Amino acid sequence: MKNTSESKKSKLWGALPAAPYVLWMVAFIVIPLGMVVFFALTDSQGQFTLENIARGGEYMSVLLRSIKLAAIATVLCVLIAYPLAYILSRKQGFQKQTLFIMVMLPMWMNFLLRTFAWMTILENNGLINKFLGLFGIGPLHMINTQGAVILGMVYNYIPFMILPIYTTMCKIGNDVIEAAQDLGGNTFQVMARVVIPLSLPGVSTGITMVFVPAISTFIISKMLGGGTNQLIGDIIELQFLGNSYNPNLGSAISLVLMVVVLLCMSIMNNFDDEEMEGRIL
Amino acid sequence: MKDNILISLKDVVVEFDGQRILKGINLDIHDEEFVTFLGPSGCGKTTTLRIIGGFVEPNSGDIFFDGKKINGVPPYKRNVNTVFQRYALFPHLNVFDNVAFGLNIKKMDKKQISTKVREMLKLVGLVGFENRNINQLSGGQQQRVAIARALVNEPKVLLLDEPLGALDLKLRKEMQTELMRIQKSLKITFIYVTHDQEEALTMSDRVVVMKDGEIQQIGTPQDIYNEPKNAFVADFIGESNIIDGVMYEDFEVEFAGQAFKCVDKGFAENERVDVVIRPEDIIVGDYETSPISGEVESVIFKGVHYEITVDAHGYKWLIHSTQSQPVGAHIGMNVRPEDIHIMKKMEA
Repeated sequence: MKNTSESKKSKLWGALPAAPYVLWMVAFIVIPLGMVVFFALTDSQGQFTLENIARGGEYMSVLLRSIKLAAIATVLCVLIAYPLAYILSRKQGFQKQTLFIMVMLPMWMNFLLRTFAWMTILENNGLINKFLGLFGIGPLHMINTQGAVILGMVYNYIPFMILPIYTTMCKIGNDVIEAAQDLGGNTFQVMARVVIPLSLPGVSTGITMVFVPAISTFIISKMLGGGTNQLIGDIIELQFLGNSYNPNLGSAISLVLMVVVLLCMSIMNNFDDEEMEGRIL
Repeated sequence: MKDNILISLKDVVVEFDGQRILKGINLDIHDEEFVTFLGPSGCGKTTTLRIIGGFVEPNSGDIFFDGKKINGVPPYKRNVNTVFQRYALFPHLNVFDNVAFGLNIKKMDKKQISTKVREMLKLVGLVGFENRNINQLSGGQQQRVAIARALVNEPKVLLLDEPLGALDLKLRKEMQTELMRIQKSLKITFIYVTHDQEEALTMSDRVVVMKDGEIQQIGTPQDIYNEPKNAFVADFIGESNIIDGVMYEDFEVEFAGQAFKCVDKGFAENERVDVVIRPEDIIVGDYETSPISGEVESVIFKGVHYEITVDAHGYKWLIHSTQSQPVGAHIGMNVRPEDIHIMKKMEA
């Protein structure tokens, strides 16, 4: 390509439509991010300090718990969403629409309401325990457990796993699957050698879209986890809206969380690439 | 082509949503034969192919392969491979791994796979393309990969579903010759689906002409072209003039208001028939002395010949002639007895 001043000029003009987005990103993403970093590294007088980051370390156990619960919820989402997305992508017409609406319907309901509904279901004198009580079983302790938090995460975020996987699955033509069968692949081999490798990008997107909100949630843990299963999101919330008002500490923890998320994602993407290559070779 | 029958369809019926796609297909295919299913879209030719491949189960009727009934046997257990219409290559694999797919599934030794794949790529002229991505290939190259991917499994039968449909004319011609060469050198059965009559005539040992889920005629390309069984086949295999006629008696037919000698017999007296005359068989002659006469309506240059439309008392005759005629001229037409093909009227 020729690199004359003219082509530079036309490139500049070509970039013009992007200007509003760039402005938006600077105003509402780059600047706030800078402010978070600034707050994280200063004390209430505006003096530079690393104390906030260090104090963030006190919450290490909460952070680890957040990672653990979000990871379990993400894995469960993959396991549940994958077969469903496959079935959904191979169905036609009315069946497909009905299934699809069943997946999407909960998303049209308010997030708080959905989570609150689970509270009343799982409570010690909630729906399940009342039902079990009829047979003289229980009451089972379900609310305020880690299991309840995971359930809340899976329930709320699973559409974000189903949709990207479904989209990549739809792009796999029936003829490609038939070709694999034609070449001697049984159902299992067709899955392992064609469908799964071709749908991995969707799984990867789904993992990001579930893991990131799950690791930083505070509503789900608050409502279903009780006081004993606080997540990192709850701690951050306390620093801004709670009694222990301390935006500097809150920013520091947010920063740490961001680094953790980025690390998790890059590890996962690496693993993903190797997985792909492993199948190709 | 050998004499033993490899594939046999017996009274095969297929219905989708209550619609009859195949209405009782009976067909024997020989070992090492090149058979083409020819017909307009929706005639059931692809469905017939998919039955042999195992992707469609007949509602009734049987399929035999090498004398064994194979109804209900899934595709992966059949000794046939398919070249799909839009190639259906695996986008996540390179050329080598696409071709090696079937062998990898059979868990063949890696070295052996490598030898076989390279052999196959040589056969289809893709040496050096092993590590290319599928989306870096042209349509013709993808087509070759699809053929190699199927043939490397050494099937007894290769099914080809309009494999050349997406290629340009020149490439098509090339691939036609190529496919014929491959079929002869590997000595396997090819079952080929197309709606292109020229392709069918060029490549096949036998052509199966289909319409509305029924076989119209089975025969060699020469049979199909020269002795079409009914007006549909005549019209589908090349252009034809199809005129209403009356068979007076054996060897004498009347059409266009004239009596003609012909070579057909065995019709009822005064039976109404279809008379089929190929456009290249019409002899242009003198206006005064020819049995049929009319006015030249249009002349189109087609390269090898001129396509001339002549209006004779309302019927538009199609003539292929190497000689042009002025538009508006009155000309005469004649036909030799052996070029008049008499056919029973098709039931409407």
